[in-house]
Amino acid sequence: MEAIVSIAIGLLTACGVFMMLRARTFPLILGLTLLSYAVNLFLFASGRLRMDAPPLIRDGASYTDPLPQALVLTAIVIGFGMTAYLVMLALRALGESCDDHVDAKEKP
Amino acid sequence: MQTALPALVALAFCAAPLPLLMQRYGRGYAALASAMVMASCLALLAPLVMPVMDGTTLLTSFAWLPEWGLTLSLRLDGLGLMFSLLILGIGLLVTLYAYYYLHGHDKLGRFYTLLLLFMAAMLGVVLSENLLLLVVFWELTSLASFLLISYKQESYEARLAGRIALAVTGGGGLALFAGVMLLGHIAGSYELSVVLAAGEQIRVHALYEVMLILVLLGVFTKSAQFPFHFWLPQAMAAPTPVSAYLHSATMVKAGVFLLARLHPALAGSELWFWLVSGTGALTLVYAAYLAFYRYDFKGLLAYSTISHLGLITLLFGLDTPLSVVAAVFHIINHAIFKASLFMAAGIVDHECGTRDMRRVNGLFKFMPITATLAIVAAGSMAGVPLLNGFLSKEMFFAEAVGHPVFDEMSWLLPAFATLAGILAVAYSSRFIHDVFFNGDPVNLPRKPHEPPRWMRAPVEVLVAMCLLVGIFPQWSIAPILHAAAGAVLQQPLPEFHLAVWHGFNAPFMMSLVALAGGIALYAMRHRLYALYDRLPSIHASIVFERGYEYMVAAARSLVAWMDNGSLQRYLALFIAFVLALGGWSWWTASAAVLPVVTQAPDAASLIALGMLAVAATGVVRLHHHRLIAVVLTSVIGLIVALTFVRFSAPDLALTQLSVEVVTIVLLLLALYYLPPTSPAEDGMPRLVRDALLALAAGIGLGAAAYAMLTSPFDTLSGYYLAQSVPGGGGSNVVNVILVDFRGFDTLGEITVLAMVGLAAHVLLDQLVLKQPMRDVDGRAWASERHPLFLQMLMRPLLPLALMVSVYIFLRGHNLPGGGFVAGLVTGVALILQYLASGIGFASARLPQRLPLFLAAGLACASGVGVAAWAFGFPFLTTTHGHIALPLIGNIELASAMVFDLGVYLVVVSVVLMVLAELGKLSNNNSLAQQAPAVPLALRERGNGGEGTLAGATPFSGKAL
Repeated sequence: MEAIVSIAIGLLTACGVFMMLRARTFPLILGLTLLSYAVNLFLFASGRLRMDAPPLIRDGASYTDPLPQALVLTAIVIGFGMTAYLVMLALRALGESCDDHVDAKEKP
Repeated sequence: MQTALPALVALAFCAAPLPLLMQRYGRGYAALASAMVMASCLALLAPLVMPVMDGTTLLTSFAWLPEWGLTLSLRLDGLGLMFSLLILGIGLLVTLYAYYYLHGHDKLGRFYTLLLLFMAAMLGVVLSENLLLLVVFWELTSLASFLLISYKQESYEARLAGRIALAVTGGGGLALFAGVMLLGHIAGSYELSVVLAAGEQIRVHALYEVMLILVLLGVFTKSAQFPFHFWLPQAMAAPTPVSAYLHSATMVKAGVFLLARLHPALAGSELWFWLVSGTGALTLVYAAYLAFYRYDFKGLLAYSTISHLGLITLLFGLDTPLSVVAAVFHIINHAIFKASLFMAAGIVDHECGTRDMRRVNGLFKFMPITATLAIVAAGSMAGVPLLNGFLSKEMFFAEAVGHPVFDEMSWLLPAFATLAGILAVAYSSRFIHDVFFNGDPVNLPRKPHEPPRWMRAPVEVLVAMCLLVGIFPQWSIAPILHAAAGAVLQQPLPEFHLAVWHGFNAPFMMSLVALAGGIALYAMRHRLYALYDRLPSIHASIVFERGYEYMVAAARSLVAWMDNGSLQRYLALFIAFVLALGGWSWWTASAAVLPVVTQAPDAASLIALGMLAVAATGVVRLHHHRLIAVVLTSVIGLIVALTFVRFSAPDLALTQLSVEVVTIVLLLLALYYLPPTSPAEDGMPRLVRDALLALAAGIGLGAAAYAMLTSPFDTLSGYYLAQSVPGGGGSNVVNVILVDFRGFDTLGEITVLAMVGLAAHVLLDQLVLKQPMRDVDGRAWASERHPLFLQMLMRPLLPLALMVSVYIFLRGHNLPGGGFVAGLVTGVALILQYLASGIGFASARLPQRLPLFLAAGLACASGVGVAAWAFGFPFLTTTHGHIALPLIGNIELASAMVFDLGVYLVVVSVVLMVLAELGKLSNNNSLAQQAPAVPLALRERGNGGEGTLAGATPFSGKAL
């Protein structure tokens, strides 16, 4: 199971990094999204993989580590904020320049 | 008494801008201000003179950064007093001189302010008790010197000279800084009193050699010792008053001052002897040799200054008590005769308009008084009896004869000293004979005559002192010399007697040989010049300049390579750097821990991994078709959410799911404006490079994850699990951590989100983008803008969705849910109305002032924090309790819920602000297309108006 999650993290990182290195804004945003998934999973995995042990206090239950979950929850929301910001920046750049290239020159 | 020293330094610094302020009343006032400041400093110093002469050392200290060993502590002893008197006395004379020397149209404010700034810094150097403080003042003198050398800013030569001087002395200052830090480390304190008493301990320390070399680098660069001497002749580009003051009398003496100051702490080792005396001896002769060949008489004086600094350095290096006395004596003598020589040279330059000795000849008949003064001063430089230079030169010869180190080759040092003496006489003769005699002037720009009365006065004062000291040394200079030398040696002075006549002994014979030899050398100058012209010449300053230019070019090409304007390259470099860092620590890490127990994979996980692999590689493979890439990305998001469900993280799954919905809507909206496909423009090398980087990153993070997952587990979450119910009043530990235990983090996070919301407004307001009329396959948009079916389905869905979000919000403290998820669900429900019915319909029914809600949310969240203060608790302390309501019964309420409400409000407002601004783009667009001339104000009003104006809006065109 650990191997599967690690492979998934590695795969998402590789695809994310490759996409981030593209020259257009939209693939860049997608790449960043993929990398966010990978990093979130990585952070989450630092609390180890436990099944049927949600951190909800009940009698006689055992719990997985809640702290990485709290961190990842904020990371997901911040990731959304960042994606939204980048999307708006990309649109603005498109409006101000000739195309959606990341190094786009200003409109003549 | 205690406050006089700090007052002196503070006055010097604070009053430095005074000439700049006074220059508007005329240049005379600027000069007067400068003179007043110097005179006031002298007046402050006056009452301290007698106690210091009696051998007292005055110390004052204020704490500055005591934990770093940096204190504002000052010290006045004999050495400091001698230097302070030189700095202030010569400063006053230079002030008077510069008033006449500089052009009448120069308002002088800048000049005198820089001069005062230098004076203040130099006083700081000689009065510092703390070594770090000394380094600070030291660098300030370099800076002031740089500004004064390049005072004629319009001249390239002056700017270049200033830059070279700054690079050399500033660089040496850095070495000195490092050396002083080591010295402080070795001695255990930066206070001079401690350091000077710790000489034994310092000399045996393992770091002594390194420290000494660093300190000497600072000394040698400042005092222009070989091979760092080349900046000083260049610095002659400065106005002559500056040369007289900084580059002969005071600043270049800072290096030898430090040799004197640190003598008890550093001297007394083999290394000191060889380094200091070797460098000094080499400089002494080499610079004297070069001085003889100058055509520019100011250049001659510059090289002679270097040579005399070499002599002083050599005397400190010889390291006998009497040689130290001679060194201190020569510091005074050189300052006096060289300052007067520079001023006389400045007068000649000023009156003739050139400094070339092939043209400036026979001036004695034009300016006899100035000529006489200059001849006396030059005689002192040559070491002619009855002048002050003779006395210290005699002491040097005496030390050379009697020095114990060269016992087998005892003739070597005296012979060397005599050679130096011969050269000094030769270049002094050249200065006297070429300038004032030797025929008639050749083709001078103007006819020379005596300078104004008061321009000559400073020279007269200094030359009088040369004679006074030279004839009555015991009466005039002995007291201050005793005080200064005593402060340097920190022990009882050796017996010495200052007198003109010591009898026919070896030093006197050497003086005679030097005089005769020097004159003989000058007599056969023409043959020597011819010989010199045939020798290859190496100019250290040219070598330095080449090196400098090479470094600038190398830096430029490096910057051009790294900073070529391509963001792709920056990112690739950044990722490569991170990978290199990661790879390095991977490589250097200790042996791996053996894997601990792992869980067996099951079919569902394998299937999920397979789907993830297909989707992720699909995104990369098909990313040119952007819509497909977005769909595949959403698949990945869902699998991630399922992963969270699987591994006991229901909160994360809920959040991921709702964020996924909002993100996909956002991406689709953006895609409406952005080109639907990416061109295939990357060449194969770049694709390979990126693929390699991506592969390395993937393998790296995957391997790190595997290493982490299989290593032993230890967590600090026990506290949170134990305290969640009793301390936080909720059984959903994740939510309690978010809104309670680590509420401050969350507060920061929603603030960031709020900024995204505001950014939406800033970035997208009034932006006009081209609207595509067809989709990626060339089909027109659907004719029905708002499908009735979708509209009718979405409207009843809204209250249901809102109810769900309320439910999720309320249960969040105890069960999966909470403000984040509830906010996202509300946001999605409202977006659905936009999608189904168009922006006009939705905008009219939704609150217009979303930023207000944003503010309310932040106020809620931080209000809870502030409220805790009112009860005397730290920020963001929460409380909880039970409330019994009729009919409903006991409800557990926590103040953290108000915090969560703030989170909820912020999330809803941000989601709506971002998406609504994106939706409004199409309105901006159609309005701009219809009436490009409409003023912005009108267009803005149109934004909130009816969406029916719009053509195809993204909400209607792209059905999800």
